[in-house]
Amino acid sequence: MMLAATTVTPAWYLVLASMLFAIGGVGLLVRRNPLVMFMCVELMLNAVTLTFVTFSRMLDDVGGQVVVVFVLVVAAAEVVVGLGLVVAIIRKKPGATADDLSVLKG
Amino acid sequence: MSIELLVFLIAGAICLGGALGVVVSHNPVHAALSLVATLFGVAVLFVAEDAHFLAAVQVIVYAGAIVVLFLFVIMLLGVDRTERLDEEPIVGQRILAAVVGLAMLALPLVAILSTTDADGNVVATGQVGVLGTPTEAQDFNVAEIGEVLFTDYLFAFEITSVLLVIAVVGAVMLSKRVKGEPLAIDADEISNDDPDPVDEPDDSADDANAEISA
Amino acid sequence: MLDLVWLIPALPLAGFGILVVGGRKLGEPLAGWLATAMMGGSFLATLVVFSGLFAEDDHHRVFTQTLFTWLPVGGLEVGFGFLVDPLSITMALFVTGIGTLIHLYSVGYMHGDPKFSKFFVYLNLFGFSMLMLVLGDNLLITFLGWEGVGACSYFLISFWFSDEANASAGKKAFVTNRIGDWGFMVAMFLMFATVGTLTYTQFFESFEAGEVAAVTATAITLLLFVGACGKSAQLPLFVWLPDAMAGPTPVSALIHAATMVTSGVYLMTRMNPVIASAYDWAPDIIAWVGVLTALFAATIAMAQNDIKKVLAYSTVSQLGYMFLAVGTGAYVAAIFHMVTHAFFKALLFLGSGSVIHGMHGEQDMQKMGGLRKYMPITASTFIVGWLAIAGVPPFAGFWSKDEILLYAFGSGGVQGYALYTLGLVTAVLTAYYMSRQVFLVFFGEERFRDVEHAAEEDEAEAGEHESIEPHESPWTMTMPLVVLAGLAMVGGGLNLAVSDRMKFLEHWLEPVVEVGEATIDVETTTTIGLAVVAVAAAAVGIFYAYRVFIKKRSKAIEPELLAHAWHYDEAVSAFVDKPGRKAFQLTADFDEGIVDGAVNGVGSLVGTVGRQARKLQSGFVRAYAAGIAAGAVLLLAYFLNRVAS
Repeated sequence: MMLAATTVTPAWYLVLASMLFAIGGVGLLVRRNPLVMFMCVELMLNAVTLTFVTFSRMLDDVGGQVVVVFVLVVAAAEVVVGLGLVVAIIRKKPGATADDLSVLKG
Repeated sequence: MSIELLVFLIAGAICLGGALGVVVSHNPVHAALSLVATLFGVAVLFVAEDAHFLAAVQVIVYAGAIVVLFLFVIMLLGVDRTERLDEEPIVGQRILAAVVGLAMLALPLVAILSTTDADGNVVATGQVGVLGTPTEAQDFNVAEIGEVLFTDYLFAFEITSVLLVIAVVGAVMLSKRVKGEPLAIDADEISNDDPDPVDEPDDSADDANAEISA
Repeated sequence: MLDLVWLIPALPLAGFGILVVGGRKLGEPLAGWLATAMMGGSFLATLVVFSGLFAEDDHHRVFTQTLFTWLPVGGLEVGFGFLVDPLSITMALFVTGIGTLIHLYSVGYMHGDPKFSKFFVYLNLFGFSMLMLVLGDNLLITFLGWEGVGACSYFLISFWFSDEANASAGKKAFVTNRIGDWGFMVAMFLMFATVGTLTYTQFFESFEAGEVAAVTATAITLLLFVGACGKSAQLPLFVWLPDAMAGPTPVSALIHAATMVTSGVYLMTRMNPVIASAYDWAPDIIAWVGVLTALFAATIAMAQNDIKKVLAYSTVSQLGYMFLAVGTGAYVAAIFHMVTHAFFKALLFLGSGSVIHGMHGEQDMQKMGGLRKYMPITASTFIVGWLAIAGVPPFAGFWSKDEILLYAFGSGGVQGYALYTLGLVTAVLTAYYMSRQVFLVFFGEERFRDVEHAAEEDEAEAGEHESIEPHESPWTMTMPLVVLAGLAMVGGGLNLAVSDRMKFLEHWLEPVVEVGEATIDVETTTTIGLAVVAVAAAAVGIFYAYRVFIKKRSKAIEPELLAHAWHYDEAVSAFVDKPGRKAFQLTADFDEGIVDGAVNGVGSLVGTVGRQARKLQSGFVRAYAAGIAAGAVLLLAYFLNRVAS
């Protein structure tokens, strides 16, 4: 098969990452459940980490992987605080969605 | 067919499938589980790219901690049955989302493919070692990262530890229970239409409270 | 000595300042004496400056002094400066001289008036403004004085404003002047736009070098003439002067006879290089307006019964003569007549004021008569003034009026003869109405007794008795009369046409007017012949008035049309009321609809745009997220594009 000749170049990884990113982005814009929106953000972050690791391998620079470590840490912190916020909001108003937080309407 | 290609195809499929699952699922628990699938797929791809440490950390931290946290909150708040996907209150949102999504896919593709040479190698324009001094390749990925992390990126490392402390404190403060508020919310209390204004106190809180403390 | 020129306007200004602050405290008569002293001091300063100027060489009689730079704005540099040359010093001399006399007269005339000190506040302010007008070295300073005298005229005409008629008269004067001022202002704009400077010495150079187009010169001339018509009460803007008689008599004498109304003539004389550069028909217009005004006003004066109104129309008429002179290029004759007119008209007004004072406020000539027995000084000085204005030699008026008629005759062609004829007819009428005035007031039966008897009969029952016993006025009032009478007698000596050597004024003013002065080619026999004709005209007028009012053998020429001034005021009112009002309404609508609409439209546009833009702030987080994503995508596309190209 022709497939035997093809090698997986870094470009493939990048393409996959951008697909993940796009899907995450669309999900973020379309879903109303705050938790699902958060998960879409995690998807996007993962796409980014994948890109970083790919480039790190391409450029022979371990700095990219270190960045991924930091991204991970920050993502964790972000999730903690974000979920705390979600808890606080939904406790006050059970069944709230992202659309219900429109007090800042101009 | 090389192993790498096979691994990439399978892991890639898992990633994409999981991602679609997150976006499409009605039930948030299903979405969380799809996310786990994606994370595992990405971890496999990390391994394929010789980032072993990261793969491990990805599984432990992301799939093992963060998604579990998600599930905790889902269960705590009982938001497993909300949201109708067929209606969209904001005008034009879906169209805009579709357009933006396509653009977000197409533009990087254009960027990548236009800079790919005949061999399929992306011509990277970045400098090597932009983030620090280039290191010698080590046998252990862990050692590699460790060496750089504790020398060049030490300050950032310390700052992230501060960040984590702040996050913890913040989370505790945010989820502190005001007296009279329910700890958990029952399924029957959830209303899908006309949610109450945020400031109105919940009268059925006392019963739930009594149940829990008992 | 010439440096002291700044003192000339400064003293009246100081008087004004002191009286504004402490006038009421000074009270009567100290406030009056102070004001008179200031004016007198100004006169002395003028004499000093005059002697300094006189000492200079013929063609070096120009001195400028700039106190400070007044308006350095963009391309325009206007200094606050004075120009001392024969013309301005001549004007300053008689302004300060007659001004001092009238200040003195006012001390007596305004005796007992509750607003005594305020009168002198305004008089001194007027003195300052008029002196700035004549001494200024650029058009803007002249305009400052121009406006100042207009404002003071308004204050002084409506001095007794508790009577509404007086207030209206003041407003009428101000508004009519303003129409003229528009002409002046546009002329200044035009001057700056084309020549680039407003200073006399600077732009005269341009005009004399022929650098300015005739069109521009004509436009400036005619616009300035509009201003002069307003200030000097020519057709069609003369309407304010008769009404201005509502003010106290010294005001009429000073402002509306001797000084303010002559500013128009001064302006045109000063601008003679400009007029010389204009098309030939421009000064012709000036001459025609002048002579027609003279005739028009003389006809009205024949039928007036108020002692001051006669003199008011007479002033308009004599000013017409001056403009006739300006129009035919006889600037020296115009200034000469201005000076002699100042003497005898001020004299006549002050005399009439004395009569009114002596008659306890009566102004109707039909109720006077035979007053020469009771007011001998007033009568004799008034008669001197009468002879002067009628043009009887050797009094001053004969020489100056004859000069004007001579130049009109000699200006050439059919037009010259037409102007001369009209001028001559006016001279006849002038002699007639002035003689009429004198005979009605000072000669004949004592008609005021009839009034008294009638009053007596009515009030015999009530037990009251009011006698109108005329009496002579105090020395403060009669002394200026005597001085002015003397000047009216010998004033002709300034410019005797007898021989070239005697023409002092002409030689004196030569450097100022040499560009514009016309030269006439008239034989000496013709000159003498014209002089004889002029005397004959005066004689005809006086004789006819004698027949009517003393001998009572002929009918007086006083048709109702003339008594109502040809219904001019009514015509103007009707015009403004109907077509005028429509035009004003149109302008107001335009302003409201289009101009205001544009401004408000901008505001409402902003509001509408804001209201629409507000919809972007929906409050939905997801919409904002979509916006962010869209923006990021666009940026990405932009950078890709940049890198690719």
